[in-house]
Amino acid sequence: MQQLPKEMFQPASVDLSEAEKISKPSLSFWKDVSIRFRKNKLAMFGLVLLILLVFMAIFGPHMTKYDYSTNDLMNTNKPPSAEHWFGTDDLGRDIFTRTWYGARISLFIGLAAALIDLFIGVLWGGIAGFRGGRTDDVMMRIADILWAVPYLLLVILLMVVLGQGLGTMILAMTITGWINMARIVRGQVLQLKSQEYVLAAQTLGANTSRIMFKHLIPNAMGPILVTLTLSIPSAIFTEAFLSYLGLGVPQPLASWGTMASEGVQALQYYPWRLFFPATFICLTIFAFNVVGDGLRDALDPRLRK
Amino acid sequence: MLRYISRRLLSILLSLFLIITATFFLMRAAPGGPFSGEKKLPPEIEKNLNEYYGLDRPWYEQYTDYLVSIAKWDFGPSFKYKGQTVNDLINEGFPVSFFLGMEALLLAVSLGILLGVIAALNHNKWQDYGAMIFAVLGISVPSFIMASLLQYVLAIKLGMFPVARWESLQHTVLPALALAATPMAFIARLTRSSMLEVLSNDYIRTAKAKGLSKGQITVKHAIRNALLPVVTYLGPLSAAVLTGSFVIEKIFGIPGLGSQFVLSISNRDYTTIMGVTVFYSILLLFSVLLVDIAYGLIDPRIKLAGGKKGE
Amino acid sequence: MEKLLEVKDLQVSFQTYGGEVQAVRGVSFHLNKGETLAIVGESGSGKSVTSQTIMRLIPTPPGKIKSGQIIFNGEDLAKKTDKEMEAIRGKDIGMIFQDPMTSLNPTMKVGHQIMEVLVKHLKMDKAAAKERAIELLRLVGIPFPEKRVNQYPHEFSGGMRQRAMIAVALASNPKLLIADEPTTALDVTIQAQILELMKDLQKKMGTSIIFITHDLGVVANVADRVAVMYAGKIVEMGTVDEIFYDPRHPYTWGLLASMPSLDSDDKSELAAIPGTPPDLTNPPKGDAFAPRNPYAMKIDFELEPPMFKISDTHYAATWLLHPDAPKVEPPEAVKKRLRQLSSNYPQPVIVKESE
Repeated sequence: MQQLPKEMFQPASVDLSEAEKISKPSLSFWKDVSIRFRKNKLAMFGLVLLILLVFMAIFGPHMTKYDYSTNDLMNTNKPPSAEHWFGTDDLGRDIFTRTWYGARISLFIGLAAALIDLFIGVLWGGIAGFRGGRTDDVMMRIADILWAVPYLLLVILLMVVLGQGLGTMILAMTITGWINMARIVRGQVLQLKSQEYVLAAQTLGANTSRIMFKHLIPNAMGPILVTLTLSIPSAIFTEAFLSYLGLGVPQPLASWGTMASEGVQALQYYPWRLFFPATFICLTIFAFNVVGDGLRDALDPRLRK
Repeated sequence: MLRYISRRLLSILLSLFLIITATFFLMRAAPGGPFSGEKKLPPEIEKNLNEYYGLDRPWYEQYTDYLVSIAKWDFGPSFKYKGQTVNDLINEGFPVSFFLGMEALLLAVSLGILLGVIAALNHNKWQDYGAMIFAVLGISVPSFIMASLLQYVLAIKLGMFPVARWESLQHTVLPALALAATPMAFIARLTRSSMLEVLSNDYIRTAKAKGLSKGQITVKHAIRNALLPVVTYLGPLSAAVLTGSFVIEKIFGIPGLGSQFVLSISNRDYTTIMGVTVFYSILLLFSVLLVDIAYGLIDPRIKLAGGKKGE
Repeated sequence: MEKLLEVKDLQVSFQTYGGEVQAVRGVSFHLNKGETLAIVGESGSGKSVTSQTIMRLIPTPPGKIKSGQIIFNGEDLAKKTDKEMEAIRGKDIGMIFQDPMTSLNPTMKVGHQIMEVLVKHLKMDKAAAKERAIELLRLVGIPFPEKRVNQYPHEFSGGMRQRAMIAVALASNPKLLIADEPTTALDVTIQAQILELMKDLQKKMGTSIIFITHDLGVVANVADRVAVMYAGKIVEMGTVDEIFYDPRHPYTWGLLASMPSLDSDDKSELAAIPGTPPDLTNPPKGDAFAPRNPYAMKIDFELEPPMFKISDTHYAATWLLHPDAPKVEPPEAVKKRLRQLSSNYPQPVIVKESE
C-alpha cells in the first residue's frame, strides 16, 4: 500500500458531461436489420437462391436454341441429355426452356398477386386504422365477412366462371387475398398511432401526411415486408394447385404448376417431367419462406441486443 | 356464452348468404349454358330440360327458390348425372372424405405438436434445426407433388402401401400422410414459436423457482399454454385439409366428395359445383365457430359473452 | 449469529453476440439466520443476476458461474446439478419476482399453483394441499380464500397476485426468501402493505430474506443490513444505520442524495447521478464508478480500490478511505444526516482478502 505515489490521490479532472455520451455507436434500424439478416445463414441461402432463380427466369429461355411452344414430335419424352438438358415433354418441347419460361409466369403471378394485395391492403387497412371509429368498424366488418369465405373455394369458383388465363388467375387470387395484408396494416397503424412518439409528433405540430410518411409507414414497413414476402410463395402454391385442377394458364403457355401437373400424370414412365418443375416450385417457395422468416427474425425488436 | 354464440351464428348466416348469392350469380354468369356440351341438343329437348331445372323462369324466382331449398338442406339436381341430386353425391362422398380428413387432421396435429415441442425444447440445437428444415420443406412442397412422390416411391417402387383405391385402413395411410404434410409443417412451426414464447415467460421461471422438474414444467406449464394458438389454427387447418382433399383424392382414386368436386369442375357441372361449394362453406364456417367456442372453454382468460376477446 | 448463506467471490458472465458480459464480478456477502439483507443498485448492477444465481435460475448457456462459492446450509449451491437444485428450490429457498402480473401462470388456478409446491416438496396429497393452500392464502391476507383458491390470476388485482406469489414462495416454509424487486411494479399504497406483510411473515416464520431493490426508501423499512452494488460488485455494505447515517462510498452518496425525503424541509434539489453504468463487456480499468464520480482521483482510473473496513460490519470499496486521499465533503443532502457512529474503527482498515 505504502508504495502508492501521493500524486495519484490528486483529484482527477473528470468531465461529467463525458459520462452522458453514448459509448456505443448507434446503428440505424435498417442497418441493424441487415446485419442480423446477413447472420442468418438459411435466409442468406434463400436470398442467393432467389437471385439465381430470377436470373435464370430472365436468361434461361435464351440459353437454348429451342422455343417454349414449338412441338417436335420426333423427339417426345426424351430423358435429359446434352441435346435437351432437362429432357422433353410429350410434344417434344424442351423442358429446360419451358422450365425457365414457366419461372417467368409463376414468379409473375406470385409477384403480381402479392403487389396487388399489398396495394389494396395498405390502402384499406391504412385508411381503416388511421381514420378509426365508424369508418374502421364498417371497413373491417366488410373485410371480416369476405374473410369468412373459404379462399381456395372462391378462387376455384371464379376460375370456373372467368375462364382460364393469366389475368383471371391473378384477379381470382387477389379478390379476397388482400384482406390479410389489410388486417396487418391496420393492426400496425392502430398500434403505432397510440405510441408516444406519434403523439409527440402531433403535439409538435406535424400534420397528418407528415406523420403518415415520416412515422407510420417506415415503422409499419417491417411486418408489411414480411407479409409480402410470405404471400408470394402462397400465390405460387395456389397457382400450382389450380393448374393441377385443370384451371391453370392455358396451353401452350407453361407455368411450373401446369408443367408439374402434366408431369404427375407421366410420373411412372418419364419422371424427369415432374422432377424439374416440381423441384423449382419447391425451391422457390422454400426460398421465399426462409427469406420471409429471416426478415421477420431480423425485424423483431425483442431480439435487439 | 349464449349471446356470443347467437352473435356468431348471425354473422355466419350473413357470410353464408353472401356466399350463396355470389355462387348463384357467378354460376349464372358462367360461359355457356349447362347443356352446351359437345353435342347440340334439339331445341325441344333443351326446352324441356330448361323447364325441368327451372331455367326458364325469371332469375329472381330461381334465386329465391335456391335460397329456400338450401335452407331445407336441398342442394338441387346434378346437371351431368341424370336422376342424381347433389345431396346424393354429398351423402355418398362425404363420409369417405370425412374419414380421410379426420385421419389427416389427427396426424397433422399430433406429429406437428410433437415436432414443434421437440424443436422448442432443444432451441438452437440440431433437433431444432432438423425439425424446422423438415417443416420448411413440408411447407414448400405442394400437396399434389407430395402425394405423387409418396405414391411413386412408397407404393409403386417399394410396394409398402397400396397404390390407390379405398378399401382398407392400409389404403388410407398414404393419402392421409400426403394430406397432413403441409398442415403438419405449419403446426410444427406454430407450436415451436408459441412454445418458445411461453418458455420465455416469467411464470416458467416461477415454476422453476418452485423446484418443479423440467418435465413437470414442460407438461404442466409450457405445453398447455403453448397449444392455445395451435387451437386457433384448427379452423384454417380444416380448410387446408378440405381443399387438399381435392387433389389427394384424385391422385389416389378415392371416391370422396373432393374428387367428385374436381370432376364436376372439369365437367362444368354447375349445380354440383354450386351445391358442393355451399356445403363446404357451411362446413368450414361451423368448424371455425366450434374452434372458437372450444378456445373460449380452454383459455380461462377469455370470456365469450361480449364477443370480443379479452386480454 | 449463525450464517445461513455465504457467497464468496461470485463471478457470473453471459456470453452474448457482443462478447462476454461480466454481470457479477466477484461478489462476497453473507446472510445470518432470521436476517434481512437488502441488495441495492441501478438496473444492470448485477443484483438480480446475483440473486438468481443463488437459486441457479440463470439460463446456462448463455450464463455461466465463472468462479466462487454459494454456501447455503453448509452446501455449495454453485456445484449442484440442476436435478439436485430442484430439491432446494421452492423448499429451502423461495423466490418472489418483480412483476406479479406475469409471474403466475395465467391458465392455472392460483390454488393449484400453490399446491404444486406442497405436493412436490411436502409430499402432501391433493386434499391436504388444497386445505393448506387456503390457509396460506389466508395467511398472506387474501379475503375469502376458499373462493379465491379456485380463481385464475387474472381475477386477482396486482397486489393480491403478489400476495399469492408470496404464498407460493413461502408454501413449504423455506429458510431463505429471495424477493427480487417485489414491490417495484405495484402502486405505492400497495407497496407498503406488501412490505408490512413480508415483515410480519418473517416474524412469524423466522425466514431470512434477501431483498433486491433499486429503491433505497424501501430498504430503510425492511432491511437489517444493506449491500450497495455497482457494475457487478458490492461497493459498500453495512447495517442500515451505517449506510444511511455514515455512508462512505461516493456512489452510495449519490443514491442517498437522489432519494426524495419527506423530512427534508427543503429547497435543495434532488441530485441525479450523471451518466449510465459502464458496459460490462469491457469493464473499465480502475474504479468502475470513476467516470461518473465527481470525487474521482487519478488513482481511480488506474487501480481498482480495495475493500476498506470501517467497522466490524461496515465495508466500502473506495480510494477516498485511503490515508493519502484528500478529505472530501459529501453532498449537502448526505451531510445533513451524517452521525458519528461509535462502532467505527479509528481508521478504516484495508481488508486483505475477501472474507
